[in-house]
Amino acid sequence: MTSVPSKITKATCPYCGTGCGVLIESRGNDIVNVQGDPDHPANFGRLCTKGSTLHLTAAAHIQKQTRLLTPQLRRHRSQSRQEVNWDAAMDFAVEKLIDIVAQHGPDAVGFYGSGQLLTEDYYALNKVVKGLIGTNNIDTNSRLCMSSAVAGYKATLGVDAPPACYEDLGLAQTLFITGANTAYAHPILFRRIEDARRANPSMKLIVVDPRKTETAEMADLYLPIQPGTDVALFNGMLHVLLKESLIDQAYIEQHTQGFAELQAMVEQFPPEVSARLCGIPVADLVQAARYFGGHTPTLSLYCQGLNQSSRGTDKNAALINLHLATGQIGRPGAGPFSLTGQPNAMGGREVGGMANLLSAHRDLSNAQHREEVAALWGVDQVPARPGKTAVEMFEAAARGEIKALWIACTNPAQSLPDQATVRRALQAAELVVVQEAFATTATCEFADVLLPATTWGEKDGTVTNSERRISRVRPAIAPAGQARNDWAIFTDLGRRIEARQPSWLPPYRPGTSTLFPYDTPESIWNEHRESTRGQDLDITGLSYATLEQAGPQQWPMPDGAATGQSRLYMDGRFPTVDGRAKFYPAQYHPPAERISDLYPFSFNTGRLRDQWHGMSRTGSLGRLFGHVSEPCVELNPNDLAAMGISSGALVQVSSRRGTVIAPAQANDTIQPRHAYMAMHWGQECLSGRQPNGEPIAGVNALTNPAFCPSSKQPELKHSAVQVTPVELPWGIVAAAWMRQEQAMTVRERLKPFMAQFAFASCVPFGREPSDQQEAGILFRAADTAACNDTLLQAIESILGLGGVDSLVYQDRSHGQRRVMRRTRQGEHLHLQAFLLAGDTDAASWLKPLLQDHLPVDTYGPALVAPGAQPPVPVVQKGRQVCACFNVSEPDIIQVVGDGSGSPDDTLSQLQAQLKCGTNCGSCVPELRKIIKLHTREGATH
Amino acid sequence: MKKMKLVLVGNGMAGVRTIEELLKVAPDLYDITVFGAEPHPNYNRILLSPVLAGEQTLDEIILNPMEWYARHGIQLHAGKKVISVDRTRRQVVADDGTTAHYDRLLFATGSTPFILPVPGKDLEGVIAYRDIADTQAMIETARHHKHAVVIGGGLLGLEAANGLMLRGMDVTVVHIAPWLLDRQLDEAAGKLLQQTLEARGLRFLIGAQTEELIAGPNGRVQSVRFKDGREVTADLVVMAAGIRPNTELAQQIGLRCDRGILVTDTMQTITDPRIYAVGECANHRGIAYGLVAPLYEQGRVCANHLAMFGIGRYQGSQTSTKLKVTGIDLFSAGDFMGGDQTEEVLLSDPISGIYKKLVIREDKLVGACLYGDTSLGSYYFDLIREGRSIKEHRSHLMFGRAPAKCEVLA
Repeated sequence: MTSVPSKITKATCPYCGTGCGVLIESRGNDIVNVQGDPDHPANFGRLCTKGSTLHLTAAAHIQKQTRLLTPQLRRHRSQSRQEVNWDAAMDFAVEKLIDIVAQHGPDAVGFYGSGQLLTEDYYALNKVVKGLIGTNNIDTNSRLCMSSAVAGYKATLGVDAPPACYEDLGLAQTLFITGANTAYAHPILFRRIEDARRANPSMKLIVVDPRKTETAEMADLYLPIQPGTDVALFNGMLHVLLKESLIDQAYIEQHTQGFAELQAMVEQFPPEVSARLCGIPVADLVQAARYFGGHTPTLSLYCQGLNQSSRGTDKNAALINLHLATGQIGRPGAGPFSLTGQPNAMGGREVGGMANLLSAHRDLSNAQHREEVAALWGVDQVPARPGKTAVEMFEAAARGEIKALWIACTNPAQSLPDQATVRRALQAAELVVVQEAFATTATCEFADVLLPATTWGEKDGTVTNSERRISRVRPAIAPAGQARNDWAIFTDLGRRIEARQPSWLPPYRPGTSTLFPYDTPESIWNEHRESTRGQDLDITGLSYATLEQAGPQQWPMPDGAATGQSRLYMDGRFPTVDGRAKFYPAQYHPPAERISDLYPFSFNTGRLRDQWHGMSRTGSLGRLFGHVSEPCVELNPNDLAAMGISSGALVQVSSRRGTVIAPAQANDTIQPRHAYMAMHWGQECLSGRQPNGEPIAGVNALTNPAFCPSSKQPELKHSAVQVTPVELPWGIVAAAWMRQEQAMTVRERLKPFMAQFAFASCVPFGREPSDQQEAGILFRAADTAACNDTLLQAIESILGLGGVDSLVYQDRSHGQRRVMRRTRQGEHLHLQAFLLAGDTDAASWLKPLLQDHLPVDTYGPALVAPGAQPPVPVVQKGRQVCACFNVSEPDIIQVVGDGSGSPDDTLSQLQAQLKCGTNCGSCVPELRKIIKLHTREGATH
Repeated sequence: MKKMKLVLVGNGMAGVRTIEELLKVAPDLYDITVFGAEPHPNYNRILLSPVLAGEQTLDEIILNPMEWYARHGIQLHAGKKVISVDRTRRQVVADDGTTAHYDRLLFATGSTPFILPVPGKDLEGVIAYRDIADTQAMIETARHHKHAVVIGGGLLGLEAANGLMLRGMDVTVVHIAPWLLDRQLDEAAGKLLQQTLEARGLRFLIGAQTEELIAGPNGRVQSVRFKDGREVTADLVVMAAGIRPNTELAQQIGLRCDRGILVTDTMQTITDPRIYAVGECANHRGIAYGLVAPLYEQGRVCANHLAMFGIGRYQGSQTSTKLKVTGIDLFSAGDFMGGDQTEEVLLSDPISGIYKKLVIREDKLVGACLYGDTSLGSYYFDLIREGRSIKEHRSHLMFGRAPAKCEVLA
């Protein structure tokens, strides 16, 4: 087809902490395909739904629409941002920054980064903030993700180091997954778990989760505990282990300390007590303990269910207690294995890019550590005052204490809890700099200075995954527009500050001319490497060259080591003062926010299978909305019935901090009096108008900023909310196919309208790559009464419904308007776009007509007929299950129906006939669930 | 006993329908005499257009053949025009001297075409469109001539134009109002109609004002000139610029007329209770109807009263329109233009060439204007006449009686 030869670049997936290797195929400056790297030890060639569609998110027509391509600047809040060159943008930001520090001191500025920055980016940022500006006010979204795991490891094992590795997934006899939906959040690891169970039928899978997730569906033993009761569960299990002497006395004596104290404390947690607190059968708790201590080796996998908690450190430590007490650590197939949420939260921790950390796992509170870092950097000193962590930083900004916010590679206006405060902070700050790859995030709106950064496919550096494995990230194409690498932007920031010689600049040590002598990521990485010398994460034996030749390596890998170390603490020695691990007597405390009569529901958040964080990347692909197509709040069917709400109706969810309006979805995997919403649904997708006129900020308008006293990680997994029916009789449902060069732009043009309705949502749909070069946008809104015609016409024209040949029904005095655009494709008329205003029931059959490209010739003007009953029967394709091959539920049920054999046979039959679950495998758990539900076997119980 | 004498002046649809109704209820009450200016038995004037279009023949549109009159002992004077009436002697006199005595006299003289008072209106090749003679003249002309101009884009004019086009003529329709059928359609529908007819080959001069009809060397009309100076070739000019109630005779004999012979709810003239008037010549409550349905309703009331039942009152009619041009469906009824006091429900489907407007006042359907699909016309017409509340099914009104029932097959 094209003469340009294609090039293959080895890189790492930018999504979750599994850190899969990818092979990027590019032609010229276009990324044309991506495949799993068969040589990468994290995934051995596999990719999940998100990873395997990376190249589609990098398609030129999407990048053009979603990327931030040039710096933008507004000198006054009243103005709108103008495109400027890099010098103008940086000079403005730097001068304002210098000015603020001069007036209010270094703690008046705050830097907020991301677990998606590369290690080199992180290192440069950390050095600018702590070494040059002299504040520890640097934190990142890893605070929302992994800081409880960090604190848990440090409190027990001495340092922040996950001791296990992926290989252990295949060696464990008992797999204890607690507070993690691995099937969704770490699909490729879940593939390995599936393989392991197939290879070893005696393996036991225990899953602990308030929601019966797809991971829980697979469990041999499922413990649906009440939110925040993890510590009670772990202490209760320890109580059983003690009573049934399933502990490893020898290990405890030789390698730990503090067990007596813990033992005394655990007396308060007989299984009956714990089970009652957790809301689970005593027998199940006992069984879990017996598997854990008796059916070994035991590997624990955990994630945000433990971390995002006002007692996150306790939860992590209480789990690690179990491993230390049973000796299930430092041996193959065993250990407390924290799964990292983000691709490089680990790397960030390694360089100490957090408010309470220092380089290479050094401690901020430790004077000697500070001196080591100062010496390393060639500065007089580094600041001792602990910095403000994520939540504290934005609260301080809201109070006016922090006057400049520099935000890089993250979207706090989407992801931080208590958005009301976050937005007050962004408005109150004198200077808001947003260093971002995507122009579409909610945070960009608040920026005085927008700095275009590179992203996956363009970036160059390293990341560390959950198993301490350092992988290279390599650029396949040149940066988009004027985008620059984050490390280069931070380096430039540092040099511009140095160049201005502000009075407060710290004295450099002799021989140091600049703190930022970097010209390549490697030069930064080498400096970082030196900082690890003699530390637990020593990588002085590693180099870019080694990574090039030998591939990804696990730390530690000190000077002289041939390879990295796959497991830690094999010798039972721990990086503590006395070499012993410390037991941590964790008391049980309920979640920070109590359920009350006024707020009777426990509100939980989490991931979707096919989306990533704030969706700035995955949200640009309609096909990744095939699995879950629209924002909703999931509730137990009985609670809906009790409220007299039908599934799909709008409900108002309110916490003490904010309100969200969204469609309710009945889901029996949700416990009674629980409510669940995916963490992805920010203002970009789900909004509306607050009573005060401000836009509804999405899911995190509700969540609780209360954080763990030691890890400072906020409790995103539990907020007390009320759920009430909401009466918004007048609605809009509009859907349109359009040229793929326009879809994302159309979406951006619709966003401002969302806050004009009490409720609004806007999401893409479609199936990239599209033969017709088309993409779809779906817009919903609801309000108490009809909106004015001008607003409606604006939306219609944006969606291409303004044309003269549109089919129109209008009953203005009753607020009814329905508009359709049909186009002739071949011999048939197809629905290209529709808008329903007023009565939107017809969307139930119009949406499938449009989305499945069904011919509409037979309908004629009846297309604008009202009501949920189609004038002509519609055969709907149904909900997509397999995103790779676009296989939908009805087709699967069809085949399953014919299936006679065992679930495994039926699965292979499905895979043979429909190909579903044969590529990335992310839908396999759901396929098994469907099989269970629809085969005779399943039917019997 | 001696029968009373009933004389009908005007052998057209309204009058003869009245006789038919009368014969139903009181077959033996009257000796009936009928005078008709045309030399034909009663025929369906409405179907002249299909005849012109060549879709029907004259025989096919005869309503009452000669033997019908005979069978009912009705004396028919076809081709005899009544020229005077002696109301004291109660006698009518026809142009050939024929006289007839009456106890009851029924006027059904219909209407006469309005002829534009422009120079050249009397030229050869300039005709109106009213009766069989006009129709035959057009058919004949179409055989030998090419260019026709129809003045008036109303129902009659468009039907004439369509017929002439189908008979091979180049036809230009001249319409002074801003859109076609401006009495029957709103602007949107009128414009749609124009597009359709243009697609079929008709030409239109909308808003053109005729100034003069110009004669050719042979004295026959040759072209039409307009006030804006434009000139259009025309071997035939059809005047279809409206009709006027034919009250010449009525006025002459002193019956009170004002755009029609003034009648009461019993269809008696207000001047002389022995004399009735029905049809296009009658003005009931200020309206002289030009459509067939009201005429029939008047006939029923009139017959009822002639039969001396004394019950039955005519309260006026809701009228609805159809255009008899094959393949063009349009319908309007009631207050289809709407206004401040009314609400509108609209449906427009350019791809299918369909336009519908329903006008609602106080939850009642008061008007409808349909183009492209008139299947629900009679339904709406009933609703308009019955004045039932449509509150309950307003949302489905545009789509038919009840919502279609069928499932989304998941």
